[in-house]
Amino acid sequence: MAEPLPRARAYDGLRAYALIVAMWVRSTMAYRTSFLIMAFGNFAVNVLDFVAIALMFSHIDTLGGFTLAEVAFLYGTSGTAFGLADLALGSMERVGRRIRDGTLDTLLVRPVPILAQVAADRFALRRLGRIVQGALLLGWSLTRLDIDWTPDRVVLVPLMLLSGAVIFGAVFVLGGAFQFWAKDASEVQNSFTYGGTTMLQYPPTVFADELLRGVTFVIPLAFVNWLPALYVLGRPNPLGLPGWIGFTAPLVALGCAAVAGLAWRAGLRTYQSTGS
Amino acid sequence: MRLYAAVALSGFKRYATYRVATVAGVFTNTVFGFIVAYTYAALWDERPHLGGYDLSQALTFVWLGQALLATVALFGGGFQDELQERIRSGDIAVDLYRPVDLQLWWLASDLGRAAFQLVGRGIVPMVCGALAFELTLPGSPLTWLWFLLSVVLAVCVGFAVRYLVALAAFWLLDGTGLSLMSGLLCMFFSGMVLPLNVFPGRLGEIAEALPWAAMLQVPADVFLGRRHGSAVLGALAFQAGWVVVLFAAGRALQSVATRKVVVQGG
Repeated sequence: MAEPLPRARAYDGLRAYALIVAMWVRSTMAYRTSFLIMAFGNFAVNVLDFVAIALMFSHIDTLGGFTLAEVAFLYGTSGTAFGLADLALGSMERVGRRIRDGTLDTLLVRPVPILAQVAADRFALRRLGRIVQGALLLGWSLTRLDIDWTPDRVVLVPLMLLSGAVIFGAVFVLGGAFQFWAKDASEVQNSFTYGGTTMLQYPPTVFADELLRGVTFVIPLAFVNWLPALYVLGRPNPLGLPGWIGFTAPLVALGCAAVAGLAWRAGLRTYQSTGS
Repeated sequence: MRLYAAVALSGFKRYATYRVATVAGVFTNTVFGFIVAYTYAALWDERPHLGGYDLSQALTFVWLGQALLATVALFGGGFQDELQERIRSGDIAVDLYRPVDLQLWWLASDLGRAAFQLVGRGIVPMVCGALAFELTLPGSPLTWLWFLLSVVLAVCVGFAVRYLVALAAFWLLDGTGLSLMSGLLCMFFSGMVLPLNVFPGRLGEIAEALPWAAMLQVPADVFLGRRHGSAVLGALAFQAGWVVVLFAAGRALQSVATRKVVVQGG
């Protein structure tokens, strides 16, 4: 069998992903009440999370020099970007379980890219709750913030949401690939996904410089929202980096996606079935 | 009694088997500890002595939360999912045949799990926190003792709440929604997302009287020495009171639920 062209393969993968997702959505809708409760729960988890921040602001006017509206902007952009990635690729954290119980073999024999199958596995539409919460908060912050809306700032907001989603998506895929080596360690991934989004909700000024350098140059989570947001909000970079660096977020996102793709391939190549 | 000790021991051993998962959990707790500690540092920098804590006490609260998160099962899980699944599948009928008490059986296994997670997931994050930040550690061995006792009571309260949630599976086909809500309330009202003494006005007073306060806020205050002398006994009595109330509620719900199983004919 000849190897299909990469472009055709990508198209096949996306099509298969869409089909599997549609199947899971139909199955979810069979228990509509359960779905609504779970979606609401997903929404409420994040609302309470922000309520905690709002309670902090009942005692203070600024946190690390940022107002509540500015923190809401950070929270909204980080939450929406993370929510999009979580919706599309959140199922990646189940790879370890499939490797342990040997059901990954079933996926391997199907003529569909494994990544598409794993990413769409048990697709959870309830994760829309998080996106809705993030988007609402982002909308609210935009009504409260006094921003000089130059065209480049207007463009940067959707651009950062998309690049942010791709960066978080790459982290999910990397985490999935890592599980080929450490099967029980799916929780490590939470440090970078949930931990990452929690960190990005707060102003970069509250964190130590070493941490900021780490998330700028090593694991580039700062490109999800911090660096573009600093430009939109017209604030200086705590590390002294120039403002235009926020515009490189799409490039960084592409780089992350490429690295994650290579890691996934390497991981898949090392896979040996449980053999039972 | 020996039976329940054996059940507790097997609960301990069971969680001790997942070594890689434990290390992964410790790593995650530590990362979150750092993130939250920096945000609290910024908050207490703006408002020193907020809620009666100084900066060092606030940071200690953060690391205590991370150390106890798994032990007290603040986000649910553990036996709760298992019991729910047994109820859903009907396996619970087998459990009810056994000549043991259902509630005590699961309590014993949960205490075993908690004991392992206190050691396996509590110590390392706490040490990391103490190395990176200036924490307030109890000076007297007696405070450590009170703290340990308070943690045991916190685990019991956490167990009792999750037992009630799990039993709801007798009535609900799918208990995941309720479990999620329960975990949510627990994270918020235990002080995990923000210490309860920082909650404003009436909300704070109400939150400190609810059972969830017994799961993190009270043990943390005992650890921080905010309750000393007879106030420690008051704090422990508050926890013990909720243990009694919630255990009684669990028993009542259990007897109603098991009658329902008999009515269904198994």
